[in-house]
Amino acid sequence: MNPLVAMLIMGMLVLALAFASIRLFLGPSMADRVVALEVIASILIGLLATYAVYYRVPQALDVAMVLALTGFLAAIGVSRYLVRGGREEDKESGEDAR
Amino acid sequence: MKLLADLIMLSGAVFMLLSAIGAVRMPDLLTRMHATTKAGAFGAGLMLVGVAMEFTELSVMVRALVILVFIMLTSPVAAHAIGHAGYLTGAKLWEGTLKDDLQSPARRPDAAAAGASRKRSDRASDRPAN
Repeated sequence: MNPLVAMLIMGMLVLALAFASIRLFLGPSMADRVVALEVIASILIGLLATYAVYYRVPQALDVAMVLALTGFLAAIGVSRYLVRGGREEDKESGEDAR
Repeated sequence: MKLLADLIMLSGAVFMLLSAIGAVRMPDLLTRMHATTKAGAFGAGLMLVGVAMEFTELSVMVRALVILVFIMLTSPVAAHAIGHAGYLTGAKLWEGTLKDDLQSPARRPDAAAAGASRKRSDRASDRPAN
């Protein structure tokens, strides 16, 4: 892999990571934060893929696989938690629940 | 071939950057998810296709494609679950939203007005009868 291309990809992914962290901190509701965490997980999968190609470490792909699994499970778990009664202050407007 | 794989990985990174920008810039939970789920999964998929093209070992290619299939299968499911949970916990919709099929009929603006006026007319028609 061309080192320039690898640097470009990693720079873009780190920038994307920064944007996703902004949404993670800002996110008005809990679901926004879960979305940001899911984006961060998929960006990390991309970073690990780039790392595996550039440094010729195919073992990093196993880490990416585990990351994809845990990201999916975390998203499902948090959404179940939100629907079946979490804390009231996590909900944006408790009395306005549809 | 290597150049093509580089280009594919680069475009995947561009898609991921776009999905993160969409997560920051979009006004609403559902529009944010519209940006992140499609572009994010597509970007990750492109990068993994690039990985499968860069490595010549069969085991690594299969591993990359397995991760790709897993992402393509689970990302819509997770997005559906998060979107439903966010809607049910009362995430505000963007003020430009045109259609809200999950909204209960009583809370729809036009239906609410119609229901209220009908209730008032019922009461008005009840009162002279009594």
